[in-house]
Amino acid sequence: MTTPAVTATGPAVLDVERVRTDFPALHQESHGHPLVYLDNAATTQKPLAVIDAVRTFYERDCSNVHRGVHLLSQRATVAYEQARTAIKNHIGAGDSREIVFTRSTTEGINLVAASFVRPRLEAGDEVLISTMEHHSNIVPWQLLCEERGATLKVIPIDDDGDIMLDQYEELLSERTKIVGVVHVSNALGTINPVREMIELAHARGVPVLIDGAQALPHFAVDVRELDCDFFVCSGHKAYGPTGIGALYGKREHLLEMVPYQGGGDMILSVTFEGTTFNEPPHRFEAGTPNIEGAIGFAAALRYLDAHGLDAVAAHESQLLTDATEAVLAVPGVRLIGSARYKASVLSFVMEGVHPHDIGTILDSEGVAVRAGHHCAQPVMARYGLSATVRASFALYNSTQEIDALVAGLKKVREVFG
Amino acid sequence: MSDMRELYQEVILDHNKKPRNCYVMDCATRSADGHNPLCGDVVKVYLRIEDGVIEEISFQGEGCAICTASTSLMTESVKGKSVAEARGLFEEFHEMLTGVAEEQGVELGKLQVFEGVREYPVRVKCATLAWHTLNAAMDGDDDAVTTE
Repeated sequence: MTTPAVTATGPAVLDVERVRTDFPALHQESHGHPLVYLDNAATTQKPLAVIDAVRTFYERDCSNVHRGVHLLSQRATVAYEQARTAIKNHIGAGDSREIVFTRSTTEGINLVAASFVRPRLEAGDEVLISTMEHHSNIVPWQLLCEERGATLKVIPIDDDGDIMLDQYEELLSERTKIVGVVHVSNALGTINPVREMIELAHARGVPVLIDGAQALPHFAVDVRELDCDFFVCSGHKAYGPTGIGALYGKREHLLEMVPYQGGGDMILSVTFEGTTFNEPPHRFEAGTPNIEGAIGFAAALRYLDAHGLDAVAAHESQLLTDATEAVLAVPGVRLIGSARYKASVLSFVMEGVHPHDIGTILDSEGVAVRAGHHCAQPVMARYGLSATVRASFALYNSTQEIDALVAGLKKVREVFG
Repeated sequence: MSDMRELYQEVILDHNKKPRNCYVMDCATRSADGHNPLCGDVVKVYLRIEDGVIEEISFQGEGCAICTASTSLMTESVKGKSVAEARGLFEEFHEMLTGVAEEQGVELGKLQVFEGVREYPVRVKCATLAWHTLNAAMDGDDDAVTTE
């Protein structure tokens, strides 16, 4: 594990040059230019601390968990369960048994939909989500509502990309069985007032799921302070491996939830007449889990914690401010999403040029951005767009990289006039 | 930069800015919708086919420069051609973008400007969406076609 690149005294400030040495993938060329990786909202690059943790598992501890009496299996089990504890600590949960390992944020939402909401959802009931949800927090609810004859209700957003709280309050009703809302919008960067939203829902006895995929890498999350009922996130958006995610659920909810998938590890005993299910969280972890993923995920969170999320947030906030100003100075650029509070996601369009053409030209200059609907087509439709360009910043991005982005956009203007 | 000029040739930029045959055709005998779910590009192709000949062709849609220019140039190149000739042209066009063959059986004319797209595999579908949609319209296929 590398030493955190934080100054010795005073408020923690990121030493970006040093941070960058922790990420091998950043040091390569793309189309003959130094790689400028600004697609962090899609996935982040991985620090050596994560790569080494995964490698160490395979080189030393590789075996299955919760099964073997032998030494390697014991070590693997300890590492896997320690990873659970690391995630619990990072998001401020009170009990490791409230952390369920999943494949992804998407799976976490599907799990809550199937095991918590389905049994209590009746015809005429409502599920409430927002306009700025990722498809992963729309489609599972659509499927469930269709199956149960329930209705999916949508909280509107204003032109800046802020949730309209007064409308939200009006939409909450005795029929609402769950609120599912994104903490940070992947398409707009909006940081939603989830604490207030949870309070409003709880005042009416409605449980709340927070999609925290984009929150985890950017600022400290405390699920107990938020008082959310469920919080879902992914490892790979926060410098960890792909294929691993976590679901936090309040213990009292998890205890009453039915299994999600059947299989090994989620049972206490099985006969052909019936099965006794294991306790949470194991009840929801059928089959051999992504052991190295969990270990890598925990290593990523330790890496983030070592730098201090306040320092990360301050650095990224400065990058966003600088990038917004610089990009808006390019002729014809229009910002999409100007919420009061934003994470380091910069979505924009350019007059007369389609986002995909911008993406291709930026790529030819070594600048990697996302161009498209960001798996959030309804929010694109809200702005009358089919796509935007999205530059999203991570703790290892530098101001020089903003210059490269702007230089790339000027090339776009040269080509398209 | 020179690479970008090869991809975004003047003809492409011109057709992107001023797409030809871009209107809703009221008297169409066939039409089809095309959609690229990866990027959200959508196109609708209208045809008036008489005696196996494409007498009139138009489109409506929204997409990137490659997609828009490709659709516009396609309408120009198949207008007045028989359905069979149009299909042959698509085969040649597709071959130019994805194939290994150096020789061409049919003269592609202006469509040759899309040769640069070969170098950008993720953009090939932008150039072929219109053609897939044209094929569906000629087949009388009512289902929307996708590039996937």
